[in-house]
Amino acid sequence: MRVDRLKDHWREQRMFLGRVIAAAVIVVLLAGLVVYRLVDLQVVNFEHFSRLSQGNRVRIEPIPPVRGLLFDRNGRVLAENHPVYQLELVPEQVRDLESTLAALLELELVQEEDLPRIRNQIRSQRRFDPTILRHRLSEEEAARFAVHRPRFTGVDIQARLARQYPLGESGSHVIGYVGAVSENDLKRLDAPNYAGTAQTGRIGAERAWEHLLHGTTGYRQILVNAQGRMLQELERIDAAPGRNVYLTIDLELQAVAEEALQGRRGAVVAMDPRNGEVLALVSVPSYDPNLFSLGISTRQYQALQTDIDQPLFNRALRGQYPPGSTIKPILALAGLHYGVITGRDTIFCPGWFSLPNHSHRYRDWKRTGHGTVNLEESVAQSCDVYYYRLAITLGIERMHDFLSKFGLGHVTGIDIPGEQPGLMPSRQWKRTAFSRPQDQAWFPGETVITGIGQGYMLTTPLQLAQAAAILGNRGQGFRPTLLAAVEDPMSGERENSGHQPLPPLQLAPQKVEEAVDSMIAVMHGPRGTARASARNAEWTIAGKTGTAQVVAIAQGQEYDESKVDERHRPHALFISFAPAENPRIAVGVLVENGASGSGAAAPIARLVMDNWLNREAD
Amino acid sequence: MAVSPSVFGERHSLTLGRRIMAGLRLDAPLLAGLVLISGFGLVVLWSAGGQDSGLMMRQLVRLGVAFGVLLAIAQVPPKILRFWSPWLFAGGLALLVAVLLVGDFGKGAQRWLDLGVVRFQPSEIMKLAVPMMAAWYLHDRPLPPRFLELVVLLALVAVPAALIAQQPDLGTALLVGSSGVLVVLLGGLRLRLIALLGAAAAALAPVLWHFMHDYQRRRVLTLFNPESDPLGAGYHIIQSKIAIGSGGLFGKGWGNGSQAQLEFLPERSTDFIFAVLGEEFGLIGLVLLMLGYLFLVGRGMYIALQAQDTYTRLLAGSISLTFFVYVFVNTGMVSGLLPVVGVPLPLVSYGGTSMVTLMAGFGILMSVNGHRNLLGK
Repeated sequence: MRVDRLKDHWREQRMFLGRVIAAAVIVVLLAGLVVYRLVDLQVVNFEHFSRLSQGNRVRIEPIPPVRGLLFDRNGRVLAENHPVYQLELVPEQVRDLESTLAALLELELVQEEDLPRIRNQIRSQRRFDPTILRHRLSEEEAARFAVHRPRFTGVDIQARLARQYPLGESGSHVIGYVGAVSENDLKRLDAPNYAGTAQTGRIGAERAWEHLLHGTTGYRQILVNAQGRMLQELERIDAAPGRNVYLTIDLELQAVAEEALQGRRGAVVAMDPRNGEVLALVSVPSYDPNLFSLGISTRQYQALQTDIDQPLFNRALRGQYPPGSTIKPILALAGLHYGVITGRDTIFCPGWFSLPNHSHRYRDWKRTGHGTVNLEESVAQSCDVYYYRLAITLGIERMHDFLSKFGLGHVTGIDIPGEQPGLMPSRQWKRTAFSRPQDQAWFPGETVITGIGQGYMLTTPLQLAQAAAILGNRGQGFRPTLLAAVEDPMSGERENSGHQPLPPLQLAPQKVEEAVDSMIAVMHGPRGTARASARNAEWTIAGKTGTAQVVAIAQGQEYDESKVDERHRPHALFISFAPAENPRIAVGVLVENGASGSGAAAPIARLVMDNWLNREAD
Repeated sequence: MAVSPSVFGERHSLTLGRRIMAGLRLDAPLLAGLVLISGFGLVVLWSAGGQDSGLMMRQLVRLGVAFGVLLAIAQVPPKILRFWSPWLFAGGLALLVAVLLVGDFGKGAQRWLDLGVVRFQPSEIMKLAVPMMAAWYLHDRPLPPRFLELVVLLALVAVPAALIAQQPDLGTALLVGSSGVLVVLLGGLRLRLIALLGAAAAALAPVLWHFMHDYQRRRVLTLFNPESDPLGAGYHIIQSKIAIGSGGLFGKGWGNGSQAQLEFLPERSTDFIFAVLGEEFGLIGLVLLMLGYLFLVGRGMYIALQAQDTYTRLLAGSISLTFFVYVFVNTGMVSGLLPVVGVPLPLVSYGGTSMVTLMAGFGILMSVNGHRNLLGK
């Protein structure tokens, strides 16, 4: 220690004394500040606070915002708000809770199965916050309560807005639905902003644009007397209503597709290839979303869940099916792109294919074979042997890379939730997907069947439409979107939503045209598999049929003798776009157990394309 | 200054009571103040807790334990406290890190360390360990501290405070931080430096603001203007102000506070008990309590002035002033002067751990005072 840094105890003590005095002054000043504040509250403003507290009480009530409406692209209403009666109870004002509940039960205004939820809610809430006994009373029930009202202090009817879907089952897989806000939702959402909100988007567009539709909760401070009646409103901040959301869906096109699929199980997705807007997204069978927004009973929900036709299942987004022959034009393009074939090259199709040194025969769908076929004929007639050979020549890795570029095997990024990725197999995938080493190796036979879209490969109807759109737009894809515009309901200001182009595929234009031409031959060629569906067409259509084998009925399903046969039939698939030269619509169709792509799926696509192009031309 | 007369007068005329107090190293005025305030606290709690005798019993047991801890620590000579300071600090720091790591597995219980029999918050240890460490660091160094020493001190205070803020427990982090900073301020941090640091903090605020996300800014704004969020944090303040304001000069009487009794007031037996007191005992009750607190702080600072070495002087000073920080932060937030951070009203709020720490602090004050003459300086 240096000499000049020796401790000087005397000086330190004097300095410490100085600091303590300074601290004492500050302490007294701060304490004075608190006391000054208390005097201000308790003496100066005593009257004010006393009035708020004595006899009268201040209550803060949230004012829930009005939920934004959902429209289709032409402004037709998809989801609106409708007033309903709701039965509420304020625990603080009820003298005997159990006898009140028992009496309501006797009048059948409260349901037995709701009692645990109600008791739970009463226990966990502030005593002056209303608990909802019933979400919706019918007119008759509301009248019955009104008669007995004097018996029930603390119980009252509140009118509120509930979501209603005027179209019923139509479009429900796009629109989605709202349901009661749960504990879990509040962890996910901004809880204070949902203080007065009864419903939140569960699925579909209602969920995807919840943040736009909901709006901002307002509140009011009110003065109430000992009975809880409002005496005076002290302060009010109005709620800001949610924004109106316009979807890219065209209601009429949607209806045409739904109608065409009626009585079947399947999906249709129609897109505008020039911008990725989804014009129709249909999954049949469907369900009535009003059931969910108005409170579904356990029995009804069970029925929907166990229905063998799975109406709650969104096949367009979540159904994963082998694409079958629909991928052939894209594989042909892959062959051209990698330079392993040209359009003029031919092969001889005897009706079967074998790997060198293997005896196993991979059969063509046509037993007798297609004879000598070139690229265009291979697509038009859907020759399997051509693609068995092409697959072996390309190898699974190049097939994986090329098909992935067309959106197969990964999510397309559509803006409503729940989309499934499908599966585009590769060696790498097989190594990680299986646990047993003997399953991890990739076999040449697996490459062969991937050539006709069978085996491990899975796609969703949305992906099929997206692949058709990318090819139709000559390699320039867009992220599929359902959001057309957002509108401020107060000012009417409308903001159109943008489109998101994907990185363009670097493909030689004449090779793309060759692939498109082969798809035109499917529709308009003399031996095209879907030529029946292009009869009298005003536009050149490019299409490709697909028929995918159903491996087996899923386990655990109920067996119904009459239905078993039907459910063993192959799935029917179809992709297309039109007009082929400059497409304005691309369509993907799937019909479960539809047996044949040309017979079941292609006609539906034709109806959808005609409807859209005819109206667009006007 | 070396030998000062006791506030009770001449040492040769000790009565029996005073002899016992001296033998137990207790400072009678301090002890009397503590007993009076915690007694008053129990009276308020009886009403605030809804006349719940189970709750009263638990609080009584806690008070008993807390006074026991005070008595025990009063027996420990300051030299021993000083010797153990770095170890206590290191141990506390290790526990804080442990809580942070273990807390990652068991979410939601991050502040607590479960030692099988006892569960406790390591951050409570730090409330005393940080000022002890800072005082230990300065005790044989010439004052005021030099710049490099200040940097070390800053780290000693900031690291535990940051770890606690991470838990997240902003209130405790604030108290731990201020207890350390107070040691440095009492240790003679130059006024110029204080002014400089204040200016730097003021200059940094807008920069920080600039880098914050929108939602973070909104949170800060709500902190300072609770009325803008009446459904969330602001609810506390609105109801608390009504409770205090409607109490008036003389209050509505014990057990008659409608705000408190009708459960309008949240956390009425813990952080917001000051509002219950204001509603039922009025301005008179609140001012009396404030005077009681000021007496404790004053007596503590007096003990610090009498202390005979740097360590005890700084430690006693810091403990007394930190106690006032408690009082100010709680009363400030309940009366709507300060943002709401979870700090209980010392000696009155229902709750265990912080009460024990508080009494341990007063135990140190007693020890500093009671062992003074034996040093024979």
